Amino acid sequence: MEIYQSAAPLYAMLVSLGAAVLIGVSGKKPNLRESWTILAAVAKFAIVLSMLPIVLEGKAIEFFIVSVLPGLDLKLKVDAMGMVFALTASFLWIITSFYSIGYMRSLAEHAQTRYFMCFAVALCAALGIAFSANLFTLFVFYEILTLCTYPLVAHKQTKEAMYGARKYLIFLLGTSIFFQLPAIFLVYFYTGTLDFAGQGILAGKAPDLAVIVMFFLFIAGITKAAIMPLHSWLPAAMVAPTPVSALLHAVAVVKAGVFTVVRVVLYVFGVDLLDEIGLGVILAYIASFTIIVASIIAMMQDNLKLRLAYSTVSQLSYVVLAVALLAPSAVASSVMHITIHAFGKITLFFTAGAIYVATHKTRISELDGIGRKMPFTMLAFTLGALSMIGIPPLGGFVSKWYLMMGSIEAEQLPILLVLAGSTILNACYFLPIVYAAFFKEARPDGHPVEPVHKIQEAPAFMVVPLVLTGIGAMILFFWPSLFLELARMVVSCAMGGN
Amino acid sequence: MFKDLPILIIVIPLLCAVITPLVGRINRVFSWYLVVIATALCFLGSLSLMSAVLQTGTISYWLGGWEPPWGIEYVIDYLNGFVLCLVAFMAFVVAVYARKSVESEVDEARLPVFYAVYLLFVTGLMGIVITGDIFNLYVFLEIASLAGYALIAIARRREALIASFSYLVMGTIGATFILLGIGHLYMVTGTLNMADLGARLPELYGSKVVQTAFAFFATGLSIKIALFPLHNWLPNSYTYAPSAVSAIMAATATKVGAYALIRVMFTVFHADFIVSGIQLNEMFLFLAAVAILAGSILAVAQTDIKKMLAYSSIGQIGYIVLGISLLNLTGIQGSLLHILNHALMKGTLFLVAGAIVYRLGITTIDDFKGLGKKMPVSMAAFTVGALSMIGVPLTVGFVSKWYLAIASLEAGMWFLIPVLLLSSLLTAVYFWRVIDNIYFQPHEVGKISHGPELVHEDARPQDAPALMLWPIIVTAVLCVVFGIFTSLPLSIAEKASMILLR
Repeated sequence: MEIYQSAAPLYAMLVSLGAAVLIGVSGKKPNLRESWTILAAVAKFAIVLSMLPIVLEGKAIEFFIVSVLPGLDLKLKVDAMGMVFALTASFLWIITSFYSIGYMRSLAEHAQTRYFMCFAVALCAALGIAFSANLFTLFVFYEILTLCTYPLVAHKQTKEAMYGARKYLIFLLGTSIFFQLPAIFLVYFYTGTLDFAGQGILAGKAPDLAVIVMFFLFIAGITKAAIMPLHSWLPAAMVAPTPVSALLHAVAVVKAGVFTVVRVVLYVFGVDLLDEIGLGVILAYIASFTIIVASIIAMMQDNLKLRLAYSTVSQLSYVVLAVALLAPSAVASSVMHITIHAFGKITLFFTAGAIYVATHKTRISELDGIGRKMPFTMLAFTLGALSMIGIPPLGGFVSKWYLMMGSIEAEQLPILLVLAGSTILNACYFLPIVYAAFFKEARPDGHPVEPVHKIQEAPAFMVVPLVLTGIGAMILFFWPSLFLELARMVVSCAMGGN
Repeated sequence: MFKDLPILIIVIPLLCAVITPLVGRINRVFSWYLVVIATALCFLGSLSLMSAVLQTGTISYWLGGWEPPWGIEYVIDYLNGFVLCLVAFMAFVVAVYARKSVESEVDEARLPVFYAVYLLFVTGLMGIVITGDIFNLYVFLEIASLAGYALIAIARRREALIASFSYLVMGTIGATFILLGIGHLYMVTGTLNMADLGARLPELYGSKVVQTAFAFFATGLSIKIALFPLHNWLPNSYTYAPSAVSAIMAATATKVGAYALIRVMFTVFHADFIVSGIQLNEMFLFLAAVAILAGSILAVAQTDIKKMLAYSSIGQIGYIVLGISLLNLTGIQGSLLHILNHALMKGTLFLVAGAIVYRLGITTIDDFKGLGKKMPVSMAAFTVGALSMIGVPLTVGFVSKWYLAIASLEAGMWFLIPVLLLSSLLTAVYFWRVIDNIYFQPHEVGKISHGPELVHEDARPQDAPALMLWPIIVTAVLCVVFGIFTSLPLSIAEKASMILLR
């Protein structure tokens, strides 16, 4: 692979870090402060986009920052896989920024400066994870992401928020120190390097037992992927303001988790090694368990955000399952699902936030007839829900299709049953919401019955973003070619061209 | 001039210590100026000694021109040049910091005396580090210890006297043990020069006298470094001493003790002796592991910030001893790095604690609510120090823990890894409690349980005065700088550990 030296990935990260400083300085002038966010988001996306052609040519961009200890370098490298995550996160940040402004101002939230600062730092860390050239760099940004999102989860500073935030921190920081760090340490001890390599770095370097230990340490340590039973921080984090749940706990943080899993599986262990020891299958079944159980739990939730959170837990395991199958189509599906799920789920969270802002409702049982009041919002919700279920013409179908092909390639037919079951479950917990919203009459809830014809949408700052992401989820069905191409490049890199 | 530098950096603070109270009679501020100048000179002197060592190798200085092993010899090699710089640097930084802090915590009339004793304390520590003669080491150890007792007792609170007294009792027992150890060695070898002892002892390793001597050294020095379970004197001393004293003690006193332990174990004695002669390394290893866990667990239980930091120090001493007792290159390297790293981070934390005491007069963690808004810079420094203690990458704490972990695996002791991890987690717990209060708990006006007259109703930022703030900033920044640009301390530690293991 041709290597291209450039500081562009560093700039892409520094843009939002610089913005964080500017946001902090101009905390007294809300309009100026918000324009920094928007500017940084656009600039960041532009920088990421400018690197895309180089990556599509099959080259990688590298930038060496500093060597902390011999073998422990801070180094950035942009490849196809990092590009997928970076594109998704930085693009959705632009949209979320507008939405955030609408949401935070409509609710007149406190500590908005801190909120926007932490958001900007979180995006810097997310790109750092996407562009990490080795496990050490990845770990550093993984921890930064945890730390800078803590204030966002604790935002409301109520007892419940503090509890949720503490749980968030204990789970993410605790497992990463206790499991992930030793795993990284063992990799270093056996191989003397932490750099990602296409076919893995562990093959032939460590005894099988050590490989197994490291594998499970990694799986337990990458809690951001919310693999059961270490998922419960994610529902707890739903106390955060909705834009946080939308971008961070449906896109940046959790995707950083599955991204790390995919990185570790493909670029540290390598497909062949895992196949040989048979660890992929075990992971596939752990993920399958998560998919099904999380869906069942989701069905029992009445709080809309909690239902979405459990749906996220289940969908994240799609990515893990896909990569664990170690078959070309499945790996492609895992890469694409990072983006496709992001668009669908962010739409759903946006609608949950819009409903809250417009009506202060958080429970699904209160949503009867809301589709007539908020038609655009609920249409977007429908798009997002259909994408989750995997129905054409929405993006979710594409990744599910590849995942099914992958499970056939991997000769794991029971996985097909898991997928079918999960699809049905998804439909069971999303479609009733859509049905109730559009076809049921609003229940009188003590208030005088409002005229149902009047449209009462949330502010345009919120509605436009969620419609855009909803349409985005659809566009991914018709034009998945960019992400398909990037996914193919990942597959050919990880599997040696087959 | 340069030829005599090794003795000058001892003599300068010693003489200044004598002059300080006299100058203080003219104007009390003069004594502070003198301390700052003296410690600054020491720091510059130790830097130039270190750079000379880096260029030409070990420096030997004969006191009064008497040739060792008969005369007293000062030896500066990679190991103590490094520790010397550290001690002098912290002494200087804390001296700058001390003026404001001590003014508010010590009776005004005693200020010149305080500064004089402070200089004696620094002299003692530097002497321990620089000398190549084991009896001379004992003398300096006593100077430092006696000065230390006085520094603690000078605080206003009555508890300080009790703390100082219990330190005095324990410290004297420790010093006596060390003296007994020296006596035993002198009995069988007739020499007090450490290098000479190192050359003569191997043929006597079978002797019960030599083994007893080592046992005396090990116990005495364990008391001095507060190795669990001989740590009882430390928490109260650090808690009730004036904040500047807590900072300098936490940053240097136990570190110098650890240095002395390393010298005795590897220069006077030899790694082989410890493994095959008396098999004490396993005991040290066990004690270190227990210290790491016990220190962290006890720290979690504290409600007073200074006491929490003190217990945390006991755990950190465990790290240093752990690396030493692994008896491999990487381990000693890790220990040496941790001496530097812990001095920087614990120094930062105690300095911040002192700043809080100066501004608000509180040490109870529960009262820290809303401090992040009130003292933003200090609290940012505290956060850096705390992250470093946890061992987050890109801070100094990570570097030494990484080395200790590798050393444990190299020694085949994989079970030490969970110990290191668990202590990191516990460290995260007890520091997060503080950070949580600082940043995420709303300030409750008028609910401060101590320091009644110091309740500040307004939420305007009111950070520590510049004289206190700059030392805090410098140490905090160094915590990050040495966490990213590690090559200099790393190469020194590597060379030092190679000399030690020969």
